Amino acid sequence: MKLITVAGPPSSGKTSMLLRVIEWLKEQGLKAGVVKFDCVASRDDERYRAKDVPVLLGLAGNLCPDHYFVTNIEACANWGQSLGLDLFISESAGLCNRCSPFIRQALGVCVIDNLAGANTPTKMGPLLKQADIVVITKGDIVSQAEREVFQYQVRKVNARAEVLQMNGLTGQGRERLGALLAQAPDTGDLEGRKLRFSMPAAVCSYCLGETKIGKDYQMGNVRSIAIPESEVSGGETA
Amino acid sequence: MTELNDVITSVTLLGGRSKSGEPEEVNLRLVPGDLVAVVGPTGSGKSRLLADIEYIAQRDTPSGRQILINDDTPDPELRFSWGRRLIAQLSQNMNFVMDATVAEFITMHAECRGDGNLDEAYAEKLIHEVIAQANRLTGEPIMPDSPLTALSGGQSRALMIADTAILSDSPIVLIDEIENAGIDRRQALDVLVQNQKIVLMATHDPILALLAHSRIVLKGGGIAGVLQGDAEEAALLQELQRTDAALMAIREKLRRGERLSGSSLGSGSCPA
Repeated sequence: MKLITVAGPPSSGKTSMLLRVIEWLKEQGLKAGVVKFDCVASRDDERYRAKDVPVLLGLAGNLCPDHYFVTNIEACANWGQSLGLDLFISESAGLCNRCSPFIRQALGVCVIDNLAGANTPTKMGPLLKQADIVVITKGDIVSQAEREVFQYQVRKVNARAEVLQMNGLTGQGRERLGALLAQAPDTGDLEGRKLRFSMPAAVCSYCLGETKIGKDYQMGNVRSIAIPESEVSGGETA
Repeated sequence: MTELNDVITSVTLLGGRSKSGEPEEVNLRLVPGDLVAVVGPTGSGKSRLLADIEYIAQRDTPSGRQILINDDTPDPELRFSWGRRLIAQLSQNMNFVMDATVAEFITMHAECRGDGNLDEAYAEKLIHEVIAQANRLTGEPIMPDSPLTALSGGQSRALMIADTAILSDSPIVLIDEIENAGIDRRQALDVLVQNQKIVLMATHDPILALLAHSRIVLKGGGIAGVLQGDAEEAALLQELQRTDAALMAIREKLRRGERLSGSSLGSGSCPA
């Protein structure tokens, strides 16, 4: 089975685009299933179910979604394996731009839309930088020139990736992406595999439920912003 | 990056099967400067055709069509990288969304063509060229310092066409229903043709369809045929253009607040 990790900002069109590609994979006789990771709420599992795509839904709730992903992906992949799937796709939304769910030797796909703004690619970190494939969606509502400019901005951040434009509504571009997913390497067992990028350090009082603001309440891994002396009353920096 | 515009000298479409399995008798070779209309009701197979061209299909899509580049099957590597950049698309519902002025934006677009190395004088020249071209297509002049997002529909369309003609690397331009509002459509097509694009134009407008050198007829997810214009159609085009000009003249009079008379139509008089 091939494990494919797909990630991108909320509402960038991940699910629509995946439904189209899964349709194409089905036409080629390949069976795909999905696990959708989100933070607070998601109804995307219903969209997959409506198209007869086997799906799991995981909501991180009050945990960091990246940590939630890494502690669950192995069990989810095993579930996919038990169903005899050819491809198992993990779809992550709601990650902060500090992280990526990409795993070494498993194909990593980043989804970003043309409306995100020309500077967005430079703000995205490993989610974009370490992807093998970047899919740019919503090209049907911006001009040709902006599609070209946006694609160039993506290339500047990640020159190695295959960059594709795809329309999640009509499915235009799905053949190319589908062919790439179908050619992905088999992943094998995840135990002992490595993430491409380490998780953020997050061990402080706020992780444990602290909600009050103030120096007295901060413990553990805390970093202070640099503020010029003259503008600080009291002038004390941590 | 290879300039596709310079490398691709012809694109040939070889028929496959319609959705119902009917064989398509099509062998259409397109070269830069060709203008082809695509006609047929919604759902008749436009997206299928588009997908086949972009995928540079080699009888490996549901349609069974084949696309040749420069009279040959492209090698797999090239097929992959070219397909992505083969077609520039222009449609009614495309907008500018970037927060930039027209001049800044043209510079940005030119930079991505030259991979970031853009001589300042050359950038100036391009800005001037694209804006001048756009302004020949629209009645409302575009200024270099206009914000992109403040352009009217006609101005946006004009700028998109001028930019695609001059700066886009894609050898094929697909135009979806170009509207009549605020832009000279005939000139718009001329600009693309003169800039050596292969223009595919999906349209229901008889004047536009007859302006094309040939016409792909879509039916039921397949290509029912490719029609070439003849003398009769050329004569009809003339007639339609006369009527169109007369109608324009009436509209203009209406705008100026004048009275209209029944004899205005068919006289073919252009507005002074």
